[in-house]
Amino acid sequence: MAAKMHPGTVESAVPRLQLLDEQGTVHEDPTFSPFVEDVDTVELKGLYRSMALARRVDEEATSLQRQGQLVLWVPLRGQEAAQVGSAWATEPTDRIYPSYREHAVVFHRGVKPGELLQLFRGHTAGGWDPNEHHVNLYTMVLASQVPHAVGYAMGTALDRKAAEDAGEQVSETPEAVVAYYGDGASTEGEIHESMVFAASYDAPVLFFVQNNQWAISVPFSTQSRVPLATRAAGYGFEGLRVDGNDILAVLAATRYALDKIRRGEGPVMIEAETYRMGAHTTADDPTKYRQRDEEEQWGTLDPLERLEMFLRETHHVGDEFFDSVTNEGREMADELRADVLAMVPPTFDEFFDKAYADPHSLIDAERAECLDYQAGFAPQDDQDDSGSEGAHA
Amino acid sequence: MKQLTIAKAINAGLSRAMEENPKVMLMGEDIGSLGGVYRVTEGLKDRYGAHRVLDTPLGEAGIVGTAIGLAERGYRPVCEIQFDGFTFPAFNQITTQLAKIHARSDGNLTVPVTIRIPYGGVIGSVEHHSESPEALFAHTAGLRILAPSNAQDAYWMSQQAIECNDPVIIFEPKRRYWLKGDVDENQPTGDPFSAAVVREGQEATIVAWGPLVPVALAAAEAAREDGRSVEVIDLRSLSPIDFDTVTASVRKTGRLIIAHEAPTFGGLGGEIAARVTERAFYSLEAPVLRVGAFHMPYPPAAVEEHYVPDLDRVLEALDRSFAY
Repeated sequence: MAAKMHPGTVESAVPRLQLLDEQGTVHEDPTFSPFVEDVDTVELKGLYRSMALARRVDEEATSLQRQGQLVLWVPLRGQEAAQVGSAWATEPTDRIYPSYREHAVVFHRGVKPGELLQLFRGHTAGGWDPNEHHVNLYTMVLASQVPHAVGYAMGTALDRKAAEDAGEQVSETPEAVVAYYGDGASTEGEIHESMVFAASYDAPVLFFVQNNQWAISVPFSTQSRVPLATRAAGYGFEGLRVDGNDILAVLAATRYALDKIRRGEGPVMIEAETYRMGAHTTADDPTKYRQRDEEEQWGTLDPLERLEMFLRETHHVGDEFFDSVTNEGREMADELRADVLAMVPPTFDEFFDKAYADPHSLIDAERAECLDYQAGFAPQDDQDDSGSEGAHA
Repeated sequence: MKQLTIAKAINAGLSRAMEENPKVMLMGEDIGSLGGVYRVTEGLKDRYGAHRVLDTPLGEAGIVGTAIGLAERGYRPVCEIQFDGFTFPAFNQITTQLAKIHARSDGNLTVPVTIRIPYGGVIGSVEHHSESPEALFAHTAGLRILAPSNAQDAYWMSQQAIECNDPVIIFEPKRRYWLKGDVDENQPTGDPFSAAVVREGQEATIVAWGPLVPVALAAAEAAREDGRSVEVIDLRSLSPIDFDTVTASVRKTGRLIIAHEAPTFGGLGGEIAARVTERAFYSLEAPVLRVGAFHMPYPPAAVEEHYVPDLDRVLEALDRSFAY
């Protein structure tokens, strides 16, 4: 680890929750174990499948980018347990605000890999309807989505109160909102303001920070002296620190937090300590800033391997299951590749319509100018169109 | 017809919007119990409750950022930024998020957030309390910008901004908050995103908005005493800009002066001058002239009258135009 020692550091008192250790042994925790008591072999297989398929899509997307089919890709390798475990604990209508690496989270919400990859092929800045999937779009300016999550959560609470005041039937399960961000984003000022607003309005929001140890090339020790979960206490709410590569700990902590949030006790923060096993993006080169032995050390903590070991040794799941997941992943990857190659790029003039919701005089004028200009290049007839590219320039 | 100050007209407009739509809510620093530092929201917390008039924590990015989330949930939040110069902690949320979410989502999400910003100078205050940053926001696609200059527009634009499905920034002329005018509560002003000819004339056109509209009208009146007929356009909407009304006026008068409190360099006057020159080149009898502030941070109150355009500077520009 490249951790820098800071003289004068006040040590964090927040314990690190781990339920399934690196050797595949389960540890009991009086507070958190009850939240995963019901997790049987079938559910564990489901968790494994989601993690493995997300990884397979991730690998395929990296290949597609290397082959020039995507403008960029943001690998998630290593963070599958943090993402699947947390998303798994949500209700389908809990609104999720991702950052831009939460591929497993958005897949869990029914967004198809091919929809997501429209963004990375340069066809859209979005890719899906957030209101259909209850998961918002990727946000590239770090931390900017987090106050949105707080505001949305404030809105759910206002709606619930208005319905109760009107004597209407309300759901037994109040809505919760989950905001994802990372260790780098945690330094942004908007995170601080989000925490203050959420605390002041008892907003039903879970701040889920994936600490993957690296903000591109800058190690976590530059962002914080202490685990990020420590900071929650400063805002007056609970902060949990979990082994983010331990699917059971992530699932238990998220269920615990969402229960608390739904009881109206306000926000909770979870810091999932994980590791970005790959590059920041396909444009990054980690050999410039981190040591191979660090990567190898974290490689032994692979969340997928840990769950596989647990499934094989404790739940006696055999090759048949793992082979079926591998096959499903291969089919999914093939389908994704075909989807990407078949994508039809948007036309430029569509984007005039997207800038504003209501009619807009400048947009109308510029659209007309643009179309008029483009019409000047149009072929005069079908014959001109064949093999005379550039003839009208 | 009612006689109201601009501040009271905004208050009445907000109140009516809240009455008509339970999803309208107000957010800002000191806007509840205090009624805002300019008392624009006075009484609204008592009338509509603390859950609809939020005295927020002190953080502009938090105010605008949470308003975006509330809008995504179906609310129509109206954020008050206390003073123009305090908009910048929210600049990221306004320009990278609020302005872009509709486009980012391919039209699936709308974020009808209204941001009220008391703006402009000559109030004898300290740093960051007198600025005119409208061009910074007009340059950002996805936003709409309104600048009422009178009580009638203040009353209706407050409601029209809230009804608009796009984010709208209203720059409120804070030094004119106590300017009284007629408000017709039954007859809405037409399209808020259009300009209005507020004084007809034949020989030159002055375009102004917000706090400089009364200055432009005074200049036209002074010019009349010198035998000149000057038309005055209240631009009203700074994004989009109603170039048709401005162009039509210049085609008639042949001369154009644009006056704004913001610095001339990179200001909206340049955009208007360029568009009019493109569209009415052969009608122009003189170059389009701009009257604005200088390229320096807003100066201390003791010398601010030299910085912000006043009647004499507008008249001097008119003289220069007529001299061609």
